Amino acid sequence: MKLLDSLRFRLATLFQRSQMHTEMEEEIRSHIEHRADDLVRSGLNRAEAERRAHIEFGGREKCKEEIHEALGGNFVGGLLQDVRLAVRVLRKSPGFTIAALLTLALAIGANAVVFGIFNGMILRPLDVPQAESLYGTEYGNNPGWQSYPNYLDLRDRNRSFDGLAAFSFVFPGFDTGKDPSGSSGYTTSGNYFDVLRIQPYLGRFYHAADEHGPNSAPYVVLTYAFWHSRFQDDRGVVGRTIFLNKHPFTILGVAPPGFHGTVSFAFIDFFMPMVNEGQLYGGSELDKRGSNTVVFEIFGHLKPGVTLTQATADVNAVGAYLEKTYPQDFSHKSTPLSRQGLTAFGGAVTAFVAGLMLLAGLILLAACANLGSLFAARASDRSREVALRLALGSSRKRILRGLLTEALLISLAGGAVGLLGSVALLRRLSTWQPIAAAPARLPVAPDAKIYLVALLLAVVSGLLFGIVPVRQVLRANPYEIVKAGSSARGGRRITVRDVLLVVQIAICAVLVTSSLVAVRGLARSLRGNFGFEPRNAMLLNADLAQAGYGGDQTSAMKRRIFDAMGTIPGVEHVGWVNDYPPLAYGSNFRSNVYKDETTDLRQTNSAATPFRYNISPGYFEAAGTSLLTGRSFSWDDGKDAPPVAVVNREFAVKIFGSVPQAMGRDFKLQDGTRVEVVGVVEEGKYLSLNEDPQPAIFLPALQSPSNAFYLAVRSQRDPEQLAAAMRSKMRELDEGLPVTISTWKTVLSLVLFPSQMATVSLGVLGMMGAMLSITGIFGMAAYSVSRRLRELGIRIALGAKRKEVLQAALGRPLKLLAIGSAAGLLLGILAGKVLAYIVYQANPRDPLVLAGVVLAMLLLGLVATWIPAQRALSVDPLILLREE
Amino acid sequence: MNDQAQLLPGTLDLLILRAVSLGPLHGYGILLRIGQISGNALLIEQGALYPGLFRLVRQGLLKANWGTSENNRRAKFYELTVAGRKRLREETDSWNRLAAAIASALSQQPEEV
Repeated sequence: MKLLDSLRFRLATLFQRSQMHTEMEEEIRSHIEHRADDLVRSGLNRAEAERRAHIEFGGREKCKEEIHEALGGNFVGGLLQDVRLAVRVLRKSPGFTIAALLTLALAIGANAVVFGIFNGMILRPLDVPQAESLYGTEYGNNPGWQSYPNYLDLRDRNRSFDGLAAFSFVFPGFDTGKDPSGSSGYTTSGNYFDVLRIQPYLGRFYHAADEHGPNSAPYVVLTYAFWHSRFQDDRGVVGRTIFLNKHPFTILGVAPPGFHGTVSFAFIDFFMPMVNEGQLYGGSELDKRGSNTVVFEIFGHLKPGVTLTQATADVNAVGAYLEKTYPQDFSHKSTPLSRQGLTAFGGAVTAFVAGLMLLAGLILLAACANLGSLFAARASDRSREVALRLALGSSRKRILRGLLTEALLISLAGGAVGLLGSVALLRRLSTWQPIAAAPARLPVAPDAKIYLVALLLAVVSGLLFGIVPVRQVLRANPYEIVKAGSSARGGRRITVRDVLLVVQIAICAVLVTSSLVAVRGLARSLRGNFGFEPRNAMLLNADLAQAGYGGDQTSAMKRRIFDAMGTIPGVEHVGWVNDYPPLAYGSNFRSNVYKDETTDLRQTNSAATPFRYNISPGYFEAAGTSLLTGRSFSWDDGKDAPPVAVVNREFAVKIFGSVPQAMGRDFKLQDGTRVEVVGVVEEGKYLSLNEDPQPAIFLPALQSPSNAFYLAVRSQRDPEQLAAAMRSKMRELDEGLPVTISTWKTVLSLVLFPSQMATVSLGVLGMMGAMLSITGIFGMAAYSVSRRLRELGIRIALGAKRKEVLQAALGRPLKLLAIGSAAGLLLGILAGKVLAYIVYQANPRDPLVLAGVVLAMLLLGLVATWIPAQRALSVDPLILLREE
Repeated sequence: MNDQAQLLPGTLDLLILRAVSLGPLHGYGILLRIGQISGNALLIEQGALYPGLFRLVRQGLLKANWGTSENNRRAKFYELTVAGRKRLREETDSWNRLAAAIASALSQQPEEV
């Protein structure tokens, strides 16, 4: 009640301010007249009495001000007054205002963008009910959970989840009857939508009850975006039949608009039951416990009251049980559970974004240091004005409030500009598809939180740099300043401004260091040895199942494509690899391998789990992988020939001790097949650029057929022309088979994406750091020159040389620059560990980086001091001395 | 002037309440009344009175009405509200207690301690 009353009163005073004002005025007048009446009675004449009464009363404005203050209703009115004054003051120095505004807009904008990424990728849960209790396995963390029978066991044996759903990805040909094309979808367990507790936008979802064993539920549910783009929001699609890899499926419904699956950066087209996946590829892995290709991740809502630790223990207990029961097919590794959405990238993304936030925070800090020193400089320039106001009876509180209002005004305006820019940038980012062939986007569309954060940043930074001159004002002694004038002290003392400048330059040097480190890291990862040569190579990707091929047809068709590509003029080598080549989209297959003498083939006994590729003859030549010893495959290594393998050096050393010892020896696969090593190739990168040397084996593609493949074509020809020639050959062979043709480098874009992202973001931050240090040094140098113009004039008049003048004018800023850069460089080197999270092959001790940083800071110093130096040199002592 | 005592902080409100408790007064009248009842021993700057008056009105301890003064001039008259009267009683009691305690403390002779 009291609060309400007080609020009402404050509002009332605000609106009735003018009315109250006249009332006060009248009351004071009445008071003075009564006093004058008394004085007249004591013998003064009327005029003299009124004069005396006025004097006795004292300052009427002050009295009114005090009344307002006593009523507390002064606040809003005073604030408006402060704002008006601040706007006037700022408009008087537009250069300063614009520079300060831009600095803050950039700094706050950068922070808002980074926060937007953090918010979108990490904070924001999936758009499903109660997303906070949704936990699941991470892809790749424990391959055992990627088999369907193991999923069923986990689903039925756990006691921690309210239902467990599973999903994986599928990329079939999608045909509505007229325009077949590639598509991307989820294969899911029947209970997927029910576990997620979501409702369809249109039609219905499929449920667990719709499944009755393999290929029993030929249904699809479209995502809203795909329904919108492919079916133009046609509400009649429900019940229609479409074809996936030439097999009929019925559209059941459309998912709600915000929902695009349970991987936050994957934007897919449809959902279909997992039990029907076999239909698409003419063979099912559903019943194979050892297969790790069916399930991507398993997730569910924790039951109320169950903690994450309990659930993890529960899942691991089921894992241990499964390993004991099926030693051949399952080796259990401790499984962590994580939030759904980022899958295995969670850790890396979090580290990357945390690193970015740190650097962006540094930018803001540097900007605040920059503005703080500018404000301090202004405050000392205005010390005369401040002294006058103090002498005239203004309170220090009021003056400080004015200064803080100016600072906050600038920071809020800068924050608003920065926010607008960052929202626009985030909108662009969220529609950008960084990897042409993959349906992945960054889920970073801005939401309300970002406005709040920007406001907070603006206020905090405004207070931060607004507070710098406070001490100056508090200590100001009006009488001294008015007496002595403002230019008195040219002292050698270390001022707050010096410290701020050093801090700022140090931060900028750290940023420049990190951006150079990132650029070097990217350059190195581009030049690194992949174990194949992506230059001058095209990749043709197709999935024969999409055109209805199956069984023996696939091998024959691939051979035809192989031969056709070989006839294109200028093509040197052709070869294919089943499924995916190394370093493509993070996809890989690994197999358990046993030493020849091992007889108990339980998974825990395996000697290695190498990457496994099934390749055609000619693949090594086409890929540019060098054969160290032995032979590669020929067309004779067919279905009925003895099983052979080419292994990489790492594998040869790990299993057999050395490369020569490996030749002609045997090893065993999971199913007991003995395979003879006939050749050894160099090792390469298979899953990610920063992996340690990994074992890999290559088996003849003819011995393990598959529908999907990448065919490599090596040629010196122009990629455009070559792609056109390849496409026309494919049309001759089969017009109905969707193919993707791209350079090998394009396919590498996913593995290069992190370092490219890091380079771009660090590059931008580094540039901003550089700009900030330019404005900082420039401000300092310009200020020091303008403060000492008279002294410089006298020096010139007394015959000082150019060099001496420059030294006098700019020695200090340059010395500060040197100290700051050295400190920043040191910090940058120490920050190498942080950088290693963000950048592949980060090495800030790299001599080139060090030289680059020193050079960059020198250049920055030169650029920033150029104009002040010119001004110092052009001082005309006569004019200057005459002026004062 | 020198024999006039400075007001202790917070006592102005009490004096105003006391002055007004004897009957409605305008601002200048309150000043005179305080002088009168304190034997001209207390110094109050003329302008300093009004913030206190406005504050007391706002707190609901005083109410104000425009009227005509004994000099036939328009003036704003202040009088106590019920809450004001109650507050005056409380404040007077606590002031008396405080004053007695301080006076007693100051008048103690060393041997009595």
